[in-house]
Amino acid sequence: MTGVRVAGVGLTRFGSHPERTGRDLFAEAADRAFADAGVDRDAVEELNYGNFMGALAEHQGHQAPLMAEAAGVRCPATRYESACASAGVAVREAVRTVSAGDADVVVAGGMERMTNLDTAGATEGLAIAADDLFEVRAGVTFPGAYALMATAYFEAHGGEREDLAHVASKNHENALPNEYAQFRKEVSIEEALSAPPIAEPLHLYDACPITDGASALVLVSEEYAAEADLDAPVAVTGTGQGTDRLALADRAELAATPAADAAATAAYDDAGIGPADVDLAEVHDCFTIAEVLAIESLGFAEPGEGITAARDGLTTADGDRPVNLSGGLKAKGHPVGATGGSQIAELTRLLRGDHPNSEHVPDAEVGVAHNAGGTVASAVVHVLEVAE
Amino acid sequence: MSDEATADGAAPTANAGYDEWIDALADGTGYALVCPEGHGSLPPRRVCPECGSSSLAEEPLPDRGEIETFTVVHVPSPRFADDAPYTTAVARFGPVRLTGIVRGVDGVDDGDEGAGGDAVAVGTTVEVGVGERETDGGRIVTFRPVGT
Ligand SMILES: [Zn+2]
Repeated sequence: MTGVRVAGVGLTRFGSHPERTGRDLFAEAADRAFADAGVDRDAVEELNYGNFMGALAEHQGHQAPLMAEAAGVRCPATRYESACASAGVAVREAVRTVSAGDADVVVAGGMERMTNLDTAGATEGLAIAADDLFEVRAGVTFPGAYALMATAYFEAHGGEREDLAHVASKNHENALPNEYAQFRKEVSIEEALSAPPIAEPLHLYDACPITDGASALVLVSEEYAAEADLDAPVAVTGTGQGTDRLALADRAELAATPAADAAATAAYDDAGIGPADVDLAEVHDCFTIAEVLAIESLGFAEPGEGITAARDGLTTADGDRPVNLSGGLKAKGHPVGATGGSQIAELTRLLRGDHPNSEHVPDAEVGVAHNAGGTVASAVVHVLEVAE
Repeated sequence: MSDEATADGAAPTANAGYDEWIDALADGTGYALVCPEGHGSLPPRRVCPECGSSSLAEEPLPDRGEIETFTVVHVPSPRFADDAPYTTAVARFGPVRLTGIVRGVDGVDDGDEGAGGDAVAVGTTVEVGVGERETDGGRIVTFRPVGT
C-alpha cells in the first residue's frame, strides 16, 4: 500500500452553459487540473470518469474514450455511474488503484450536462436514479424522494422548515466568494421559507439547482510526488463506500442513511481517525435535508440532532466544524456526475489554503467528503489530510 | 402486459413479474414475496434481497396499510404533468412497504402547511388499489384512506 496525494485539481465554473458540449466542459476541468498539478499528460496511466445521464442529455453513451481525447490523455479510460455519486466512485477506484501500486498517476473526475434539457426533461432524467417500477411509476421525483425522507425525519425526530432554511442560507453565504459557484447570492431565512413548494415539505431553496459542469483531479502516488518534486501537500488517507436497497420503501430506515454510515465507518477506519478528528467537511446537500442526514452519518451529530446544526451555528463558516464551505451542491451547483470530484477539489483547496474560504479554517488538517447517489442507495466517503 | 408507453409512443415494454403483480393488485389480490425469515419483497425476485433465501412464497397483502411518510409533489416529471400537485406516500402493508399515490381525498391545496395534510398524515390507514395517471392513463398504485 502506498500513500495517495492530490497533485492537482480542476473545475469549470458551475452553472448554466446549455450550449457547451460535455467534452468541452471536461477538457476545461482537466486542463486546469494538469496546470495545477504540474504533471505531464503523458504520465497519466488511467482515466476514471463519472457521468450519470449523458445518454439522455447528450445522446452520448460510451463517454470515457471521448473524455480521454478531450483531456489529451492516451490510457485506459472507464466511465463510472452511480447516479449523483458517479464521480465519488470514480475517485475511489482511482485512490484504490494508486494505493495498490497499480498506477502512479490517475486522473479522476466527471462531467454532467443538464441545462440543455427543460425542467421536465431534467426532472425525468434525475428520476431514473430511483426504482422505475416501484417508485418512478408512483410519482416519485428526485425532490419527492428527499421530501419523503424529510417528512419521515420530522415525524421521527421533530424539526421544521425553518431548520432546513438555515442550511440553505448558510450554504448560499459560503458560496459568495467562490468563483466556481453557480449561485453567488445570499438567501435569507424569510426568502427560503416563502419560496414556492417543489415537493412538500421541500421548497425551491431546499433544492440544489440544475447545473452544467465538470471536475478533474490528478491523483499520484507519494513516491511519484517525491520523485517529480510535486507540490502536493494533501493526501487521501481514507476511502469507504456503502450500498443500500435502491428503493426508499425497501430500506430499514426512512429517516437515516445507513449506506453513508457504512461508507463513513470504512473511510474513518482506513484513515485511522474518528469523527472528532475532522476539521471540516463537504457533504452531499442535494437537498437541505440531505445535509442533515449526512452529518449524522458522518458522526458530527447524533441521529435526530443534525437538524439544528446549521441553526445553532455548529456547521457555519465560523462554527466548530464548517460544512460545505464551497457552498455545497445547494449553492455551488450539482452537475451530477462531476460532484464527487468537485467536493475533493474544494476540500483540497480549503486544506491547502488557496480557497477563498480557507481563511475560516486556517489550521485545518483533516477534511471529509461525503458523496451520495440517489436517495443514498450509494454513498462514498473520503478522508483528506494535510501530509506536509 | 404493461401499459407504460415510452416517451416516443413506441410499443410498451412488458415487465414480467411486475405486470402480474400489478394485475393482481388491481384485482384485489395483491401479494408480497416472503422468505422463511419473514423478509418481504416485491417481484420479480429469485432470492430474498435481505438474506439470499431462494424459498419465496406469495403471501396476500393485508387489507389495510399505514402511511409512514408522504409528500405533495408540485414539480412533476412529464408522465405526471397533468396530475400535479399530487400526494405520493410510502405505506406499510405487513412484510413490505409500497409506494403509491393517495387518491380519494379532497384535492390538495397549494398552501404552505402540507397540502393534503388535513386528509393524509403519517399513521393514516389506507387501502391499496390500482388507478390511472391523469396525464397518460398509465397504471399507478393508489392508496385510499379508510376509516379505522
Ligand atoms: Zn429473507
